Amino acid sequence: MRRWPRLKALIIKELLAVWRDKKSRITLIAPPLIQLIILSHAATLDVNNISLGVYNQDKGWYSHELIQRIKGSPYFKHVYEFGSFQEAKKAIDLQNVIVSVQFQPNFSRLITRGQPASLQMILDGRKPNASQIVTGYLSSIVETFNTDILTQKGVELPVPLGIESRAFFNPNLEYILYNVPCLVAILSMLLALTLTAMSVSRERENGTFDQLLVSPLQPWEILVGKLIPAMVIGIGESTVLMFITLYLFKIPFSGSFFLLYFSMIVFLLSMVGVGLFISSLSHTQQQSILGSFVFMTPTMLLSGYATPIENMPSWLQPFTQLLPISHFFIIIKGLFLKNMPAGDVLMHTWPMALIALFTLSLAGWMFKRRIE
Amino acid sequence: MERPALDRINATIRKGIITGLVGPDGAGKTTLIRLMTGLLLPTSGQIKVMGLSTHSSQIHDITGYMPQKFGLYEDLSVLENLDLYADLNGLSVAEKKDAFKRMLAFTSLKPFINRLAGNLSGGMKQKLGLACALLSRPQVLLLDEPTVGVDPLSRRELWTMVQDLTHKGMTVIWSTSYLDEADKCHEVLLLNEGKLLFNGPPEDLTKRMKNRVFQVEVPLKNRRKVLTKLLNLPYVIDGVIQGNKLRLVTSSSLKNSLRHRVPPRFEDAFIDILGGISKGDSILAENFPLKKQTSSSLIKAENLTKRFGNFTAAQDISFTIKRGEIFGLLGPNGAGKSTIFKMLCGLLQPTLGEALISGVNLKTAPAKARSHIGYMAQKFSLYGDLSVEENLNFFSGSYGLQGPYRTKMIDLMVTIFDLHPYLNSNANLLPLGYKQRLALACAVMHEPDVLFLDEPTSGVDPLTRREFWTHINGMVEKGVTIMVTTHFLEEAEYCDRIALIYQGINIATGTPDDLKNMVKTRKMPNPTLEDSFIALIEKQGVQ
Amino acid sequence: MTSFSRQRFMAYLKKESKQILRDPSTMLIAFVLPLLMIFIFGYGVSLDANKIRIGIVMEEMGNEARNLANAFLATPYFDAQTSNDSTSFEEEMTLGRLRAIVTIPQNFSQNLLEEKPSPIQVILDGSEPNTAKFALNYATGVVNNWMAQRAIETKNPSQTTLVNPEPRVWFNAELKSRDVLLPGSIAIIMSLIGTLLTALVVAREWERGTMESIMATPLRVREMLLAKLVPYFLLGLGSMTLCVTISILLFGVPFRGSFFVLFLSTAVFLLASLGQGLLISSTTRNQFVSSQISIMLGFLPAFVLSGFVFEINSMPAPIRALTYIFPPRYFVTILQSTFLSGTLWELILPNLFAMLLIALFFFSVTTYKTTKRLDS
Repeated sequence: MRRWPRLKALIIKELLAVWRDKKSRITLIAPPLIQLIILSHAATLDVNNISLGVYNQDKGWYSHELIQRIKGSPYFKHVYEFGSFQEAKKAIDLQNVIVSVQFQPNFSRLITRGQPASLQMILDGRKPNASQIVTGYLSSIVETFNTDILTQKGVELPVPLGIESRAFFNPNLEYILYNVPCLVAILSMLLALTLTAMSVSRERENGTFDQLLVSPLQPWEILVGKLIPAMVIGIGESTVLMFITLYLFKIPFSGSFFLLYFSMIVFLLSMVGVGLFISSLSHTQQQSILGSFVFMTPTMLLSGYATPIENMPSWLQPFTQLLPISHFFIIIKGLFLKNMPAGDVLMHTWPMALIALFTLSLAGWMFKRRIE
Repeated sequence: MERPALDRINATIRKGIITGLVGPDGAGKTTLIRLMTGLLLPTSGQIKVMGLSTHSSQIHDITGYMPQKFGLYEDLSVLENLDLYADLNGLSVAEKKDAFKRMLAFTSLKPFINRLAGNLSGGMKQKLGLACALLSRPQVLLLDEPTVGVDPLSRRELWTMVQDLTHKGMTVIWSTSYLDEADKCHEVLLLNEGKLLFNGPPEDLTKRMKNRVFQVEVPLKNRRKVLTKLLNLPYVIDGVIQGNKLRLVTSSSLKNSLRHRVPPRFEDAFIDILGGISKGDSILAENFPLKKQTSSSLIKAENLTKRFGNFTAAQDISFTIKRGEIFGLLGPNGAGKSTIFKMLCGLLQPTLGEALISGVNLKTAPAKARSHIGYMAQKFSLYGDLSVEENLNFFSGSYGLQGPYRTKMIDLMVTIFDLHPYLNSNANLLPLGYKQRLALACAVMHEPDVLFLDEPTSGVDPLTRREFWTHINGMVEKGVTIMVTTHFLEEAEYCDRIALIYQGINIATGTPDDLKNMVKTRKMPNPTLEDSFIALIEKQGVQ
Repeated sequence: MTSFSRQRFMAYLKKESKQILRDPSTMLIAFVLPLLMIFIFGYGVSLDANKIRIGIVMEEMGNEARNLANAFLATPYFDAQTSNDSTSFEEEMTLGRLRAIVTIPQNFSQNLLEEKPSPIQVILDGSEPNTAKFALNYATGVVNNWMAQRAIETKNPSQTTLVNPEPRVWFNAELKSRDVLLPGSIAIIMSLIGTLLTALVVAREWERGTMESIMATPLRVREMLLAKLVPYFLLGLGSMTLCVTISILLFGVPFRGSFFVLFLSTAVFLLASLGQGLLISSTTRNQFVSSQISIMLGFLPAFVLSGFVFEINSMPAPIRALTYIFPPRYFVTILQSTFLSGTLWELILPNLFAMLLIALFFFSVTTYKTTKRLDS
């Protein structure tokens, strides 16, 4: 019938409505780009540029040598020398340093004598993640130092067991290779959600919604008319982000683009469903915006982005499976870094498809109900 | 912008009287009022209110202002809105009590005092806004089109109230597009395209029209055709239908005419000074296909009832509308007109009863049935961020028009409504008159059998209103059925039949002349439709 | 100078408060979302990698090899499983089910006895770099401990170390990230209430046309700004109190500082956020744009540029510089210290002062920009 021209008109209208208004056009383009660039560098769990303090009561060679080695490490940017414990304490208190290393007065003497000497490290527990990693860095420096001085002293050391480590997928464990693909997913989600969440409430506030309802357009046609433009814009935006990821950040992509787009469409569909659901629930734009926030914040926290899902308590982990983005994270990281095979991608796509089906029908049902 | 919104205006407004501010859309009325409130500052020149420069923040202490769209807080109740504005204007507790009593009586909002403002009907919102603006007793009261969407009864009350205020020394500036109101002003400023065309008592302008206004009686059936013919005469500059009579204005006085001479009104002078209404038949209607003349009823309301909780908005409404008929739905604000209207076009589900269009229930009907109706709402719900062309594209598409036919219809609309210069402008930047044209174009492109018009000429000037009705009259001649709501009773005269709704009940149905005859008394031998409206409502109120 | 009318101020204040109480979405953002966040942080999410799933490939099944494998199985840091084949483990790693594969090489036991090198191989999942680093650290720890233990047990008691690192963690001995995340999340919630919510409600007044009517009343700009401020300020403090109470009572987050400092710093931070929100909305006058800008300049800085999760020192210099112009970094520092280390005035004052300065800046710009005119 004449269904297609009607739908087409609706889709073109939605696209134009977003595109013609200069403010909304800018907010469509600028924030995601700025966010991608800032977040890719700022949202890092890497720990470097560390400030460290030394309170050295020992005047001997060994402490001096160890300090030199710490200074030589690429992680420690600033090494401050303190004259007293008070000074060290204050520096920790004021967060000028994250760790303070303290040498006893007899540190070198003990070592010269071949007796064990302790090296005290005071860490700032207000930064638990950094503290743990810093401990790791320092321990490995001390480890090497130990081996070296023992060898130097001619002590017969048992052959060290040694650990050979290498990382698959991301040999240098660069955080950015993990971060940027995740950000592409997050920013696409953000966009799909805000675009659709406001689409109905804005028409309601402007009074154009009645105009749609008296036209021959059926409720489901209106829904599809809101869905397709959001998908088009969402996929377009993701493509731009992908482009920047590949050519500006030069993040290697190892998988299949077809699989990426296929799973992305399913992912965006599920988000558009959530957005439309929020929209059909809201009376005003303010409610739409705040509603999407209430959805988005917990989603981000449970998605496994900054905090791995496997660290969560086991009762909570199943819930994360209900979030499309936690599936999509696995897929997008897999396709970027691991050349994830089609079978594995599909294994994470079908739960998203299921969720999409659910959210979209929920939105459709809500939508039909609210029109009455 | 090439043309300044206001161009070298010099005027003095006298204290203690009502000064009307009139002019066609885009004349600069709102800008002038905003300048007087200090919300805008003049680019050049200066303006003083009661000797106070508008730069001063004290200006708001002596002025009261009601913007065109008064900002009510929709999530506050009626009383809370009143309370807020009373306090903002520094009313004392005693003053407040008195003022609320006055305002609630005037607005008849007393039963709804705890209802959220967002749940009031459009006209009731307007009245509440007016009440909020009138709470304070400022030295200067600035009203920007305060009566748009307000029913005739309340308009009359408002007028009395404002007149009262001037007797107590208040200065009132009243911008309006209802020129019968201008007639009652002490003085009038007439603006056009930012220029001041006239400044003085309205009678000075009206008296130029002496011997130029006539009334002719015509057969009821042919009145629309006759009017069209007469309007094409070179010396006829304006003409409207008044029941079974036509009221005509000529370009010069015809002293020896045998036709019945009637006293001129300010509106006649207004149209005269702006060069008369646009001539000619409706090209829109000419291009409209002739709808099959069947005698069957096209719109049928059967015992329509709508309840919102305990509140009955419409009670047992029944009527039928024949093909090619203009049917008017009148009634005071909050009477339930909008509810009935919405049930008829399928926006609301009736609690009881049925609304049928061509025998089909719209609510359950397929898209096909809906494609036979056109809908034009009060606020011209266009997509403001889309251009005129894109709006036309969208609305034609949403009614399933396609291919060369669609292109043809869009071109036709652009030509008929002279939209060419605005094709690429955003719809929300159009002058009001053009918005209305565009809204009409969008509603009729698919050549509907039935056209729903919800206060279609709200706030537009008489010239645009005439042009609008030329199109409507033309389409009716082609067999289109019109369902219209209005508060402008001059406009209701165009209707073939009228249903008068009061408190959710249909209290009278008939032709305009029928309604007038119902209230004819010795005291009021020649009632206007407005007189009849008020009398019928008041009679009902007494019962 | 124009006067300040208490009646006008109170009227506008009352109106604003009623609107807050009536709109379910404000309650949602001020109380439901904070509760959700607190519970997620409290019960679930943490940065500590405490149960990393690894696979152990046993290329031999000798005594020593099994001993070492048992050491891996025993540690609380790993959730380990063993196998003699690596292919299925590698597949699981591609799927993200394993984060590391530890391979105990062939002839491990033999080599150990003969004191020949026999390195343990650790393959990490680089797609989770942070977890990978933790996994490597833990694995090293397990192996070293096992070696030390073994050295004591076997006949070779010769010294293996001279320097013993003795880490001591102040303020948060167990390095519980929850104790840091819960206080930090207050900053996010406050910036949502302060910036996003305020920006939305003011923009709505412009969009709905209520602003024009309000401007034409005798209400003064100062009265209006103040009346807008107070309810959201109180809402913020209320929400903060709720968060703090739950954090302390339900989740046992230590509170070592003073409530005075907590309220004072929250108040100052709220002022800065509210100022920012008011400025954004009076500039854009549009809800959609306001919300987008608020996310950019309010929410994201609170999340990312505050040191709440991500270490500021690890960021590149330009971004580190950027963190100084947003108030959250100062607030998060005060919050985390106030909870964990007590009242350190030397730390609190400069941060407080910085926030105050930013608040002052926003308010002077807002007051300057907000005139009772439509075209400014």
